[in-house]
Amino acid sequence: MSSTFDQVATIIAETCDIPRDTITPDSHAIDDLGIDSLDFLDIAFAIDKQFGIKLPLEKWTQEVNDGKATTEQYFVLKNLCARIDELVAAKGTSA
Amino acid sequence: MQLEYFHMIDRIVDLNVDEKKIVVEAQVPKESTIFEGHFPGYPLMPGVLLIESMAQASGWLQLGVFKFERMPILAAVKEAKVRGSVFPGDLMSIEASLAHEGSGYAMTEAKIRVGGKLRANSTLTFTLIPFPNADMRRYMDAIAKRVGFPQQADSP
Repeated sequence: MSSTFDQVATIIAETCDIPRDTITPDSHAIDDLGIDSLDFLDIAFAIDKQFGIKLPLEKWTQEVNDGKATTEQYFVLKNLCARIDELVAAKGTSA
Repeated sequence: MQLEYFHMIDRIVDLNVDEKKIVVEAQVPKESTIFEGHFPGYPLMPGVLLIESMAQASGWLQLGVFKFERMPILAAVKEAKVRGSVFPGDLMSIEASLAHEGSGYAMTEAKIRVGGKLRANSTLTFTLIPFPNADMRRYMDAIAKRVGFPQQADSP
């Protein structure tokens, strides 16, 4: 099975028409890849479906707006993938 | 249906919040200034208004499912097909279902039928925002009453 990063990178490449080889674990979805909020909804949708989770975008956005978190914590891909892994693990625990 | 006011939906026929589906009706007026330009001698409903109709049907569905806690705002038309024309005087039956509930957004699939025949379908994305002010909330409450929004689907 491919890694979380590989799956997310493929989703981003296909959803936003970004060359796959330009997407790295250190890429910032917004600052480096130029993904806007509307495009990110498509990515979130694909991630939700693929991993069977619900990315808490509203909570993350609120935390960033309140200065309690940085965009890097959620939108640098290696960090995003870590959040996804946490959500998948939590789903398995609560099932 | 009052095209000039973007009142596209006349009546909620069935709202099933458990199955996350809705059926509404919309009676296309026989006359409208819109038809004077679209088109002289061959009036028909503009495709964008068919999409708007599907968006509003989807909107009422989400207001029911999310208990009027958020206002759905159309954000993206993922796919829309106008498979046949809709003419003045036609009664549109519009059904919508919730395809995905995200965090702060939702996706729906909607169809328009006239006389049982599919005329248009679309996949739509909405952002869900808090009601921006009391005026808008009151306005939506008034429209809800007009279209027969079931009270039990509303928030307490």
